[in-house]
Amino acid sequence: MASAEEVAKAAERRDVRDRWLLSAPALLVILFAATGPLLIVLVYSFLTPGPYGDVKWQFSSDAWTSVFLERDIFDDTLSLAAAHVTIFWRSIKLAVVTTLATLALGFPTAYFMATRSEKTRDLWLFLITIPFWTNLLIRTFAVLQIIRNEGIVNTILLKLGIVSAPVQILYTDTAILIGMAYVYLPLMVLPIYASMEKLDFRLVEAGYDLYATRFKVLRKIIFPLVKPGVIAGSILVFIPALGAYVTPSVLGGGKNMMLSNLIELQFGQGRNWPLGSALSITVMIIVMVALLAYVRNAGKSGVRHG
Amino acid sequence: MPDKPDRNAIEVVNVSKIFGSGEGQVAALDKVSVSIRENEFFTLLGPSGCGKTTLLRLIAGFDFPTAGEILLYGQDIAPLPPFKRPVNTVFQSYALFPHMTVADNIGFGLEMLGKPKAEIRARVAEMLKLVKMEALAGRRTGQISGGQQQRVALARALAPQPKVLLLDEPLSALDYKLRKEMQIELKRLQHETGITFIFVTHDQEEALTMSDRIAVMSSGKILQVGSPWDIYDKPADRFVADFIGETNFLTAAISGIGNGKARATLKSGTTIEATVAEGFQPKDEATVVVRPEHAKLTKDKGDLSGRVENIVYFGTDTHIHVHLDSGEAFTVRQQNTRTAGCGFERGDKVGIMIGDDAAQVLRD
Repeated sequence: MASAEEVAKAAERRDVRDRWLLSAPALLVILFAATGPLLIVLVYSFLTPGPYGDVKWQFSSDAWTSVFLERDIFDDTLSLAAAHVTIFWRSIKLAVVTTLATLALGFPTAYFMATRSEKTRDLWLFLITIPFWTNLLIRTFAVLQIIRNEGIVNTILLKLGIVSAPVQILYTDTAILIGMAYVYLPLMVLPIYASMEKLDFRLVEAGYDLYATRFKVLRKIIFPLVKPGVIAGSILVFIPALGAYVTPSVLGGGKNMMLSNLIELQFGQGRNWPLGSALSITVMIIVMVALLAYVRNAGKSGVRHG
Repeated sequence: MPDKPDRNAIEVVNVSKIFGSGEGQVAALDKVSVSIRENEFFTLLGPSGCGKTTLLRLIAGFDFPTAGEILLYGQDIAPLPPFKRPVNTVFQSYALFPHMTVADNIGFGLEMLGKPKAEIRARVAEMLKLVKMEALAGRRTGQISGGQQQRVALARALAPQPKVLLLDEPLSALDYKLRKEMQIELKRLQHETGITFIFVTHDQEEALTMSDRIAVMSSGKILQVGSPWDIYDKPADRFVADFIGETNFLTAAISGIGNGKARATLKSGTTIEATVAEGFQPKDEATVVVRPEHAKLTKDKGDLSGRVENIVYFGTDTHIHVHLDSGEAFTVRQQNTRTAGCGFERGDKVGIMIGDDAAQVLRD
């Protein structure tokens, strides 16, 4: 006869087995669709480029060298690859500014939504998700229509006589930022809203009661308590913003190259797949380092609740 | 005991609060006026929805009155935001800040007032000692028990030395024993700090044991203000008599009014003396109330007569429900002794003696 302990152990074994079985499909997809290709990219980054794209199976660290360094064609000396550094810096800057812009716009939006009555809250949530129904490219072209020289904004400004000639917004960094902020705003609003909705607004009253002004309540009570949402939103915006391809290309006119354009170039016209691979992995490393630093920093003043 | 009993800490003058608009509008407070004296333990007592919490929120500044004035030592504070009022609140849910330690919670108000660090530290230490929480100063508020959270909430509200402390049913989340302890604790704190307390509760026992004065509220109105003794023994109103303790209602013909007294002739034909609230002129017929402990059962003929319907044993006493010959119901509370039973059985024919000065004429 099985003792109670044995029965419990058997149940536990069964439980573990079931868990593996249930998660198997997801694990398989991740293995074949994400981890596998990633390994291929890693291997390619250490090979020699083929003449028509593709790779030659011959080890080379050239690709990694040329991520940040340049070999002089005459005397073979290495120097900093100014073009690559500029592109990296431009992309990182854009991702950071996009994150800050969406935070500045998204935080008040989330606060507004969370303080509505329960019925209207759902409506606002629904409205926030509407942009997701449309393809990213189409949304980006819509923004283009609005800000181009003959677009809605300039037409109105001209008609009202505020400006005498159309303001050049399109194909500038401002255009890219407007497009990025628009595209990524919901990714910031939703996690902050989720945190804000759980916020006990009696704590806000308690803050007011204890002589905190509106600004102090925001800084000392609301912000620390919804910080998990702010962190999640920032991560969700920063990562895709760093690798954004469509929006900078369409609205920036491809004048200023972004990381994604640079990588695309290596796999296309550049026919240098190893360099493209090395660049891709470098971006991943930057994201990982940035995330670790951010999460550690944000966790220091520690919010352990909820 | 109040030092200057004539000085009012809070005066609520003709305050109304209407929520909503048009068809759906609800008057939570209807032209309420009340004065709360300095250093007083004042209780707003009433069932849920009577407006007591609304009145407290108006004093705190979380809501603003539709009409009327709220004076704090003579100054109208009704239009001020809560952070500009020298008034602090102990919330029903405590509303402690979960991202701060116990000490930081207590120091929050002082910090917001811009007090120097050293002063805050000293005051927090003093408050921790006052509520006996020194050992847990560094804990987060999620790591302490409900009773401890209650103490922290009290300390946090007392730390900035408010002119008036508002307490919104602060004991309702505690279990019975802890609640009893905290009742005594609250009285001690009020005595030691000398701060005016305005306490909101629906628990009549809590109100009677703790308060200097009580205001009984119902449907957005204050029905009676008085000492616990006044409220219990001289209820002015049917609602007050019914809400506080148990009571017997008898219909009587009133005559010979004067000197705060009247002669009440009960349906049984007996005439007893009853007190009348000041300035109240009863009609010919009125309701008279008698508390169950102010009447005695006898086997002989009494002021009233009837038949025992039910006997309920409570440990300290026994409630005997009597069906009067007049058709009315009457309950007598009888102190228990260890040796004998209550001496009556269901179905017994009994008389009821009403004690001297036990009856009160209601103003309904």
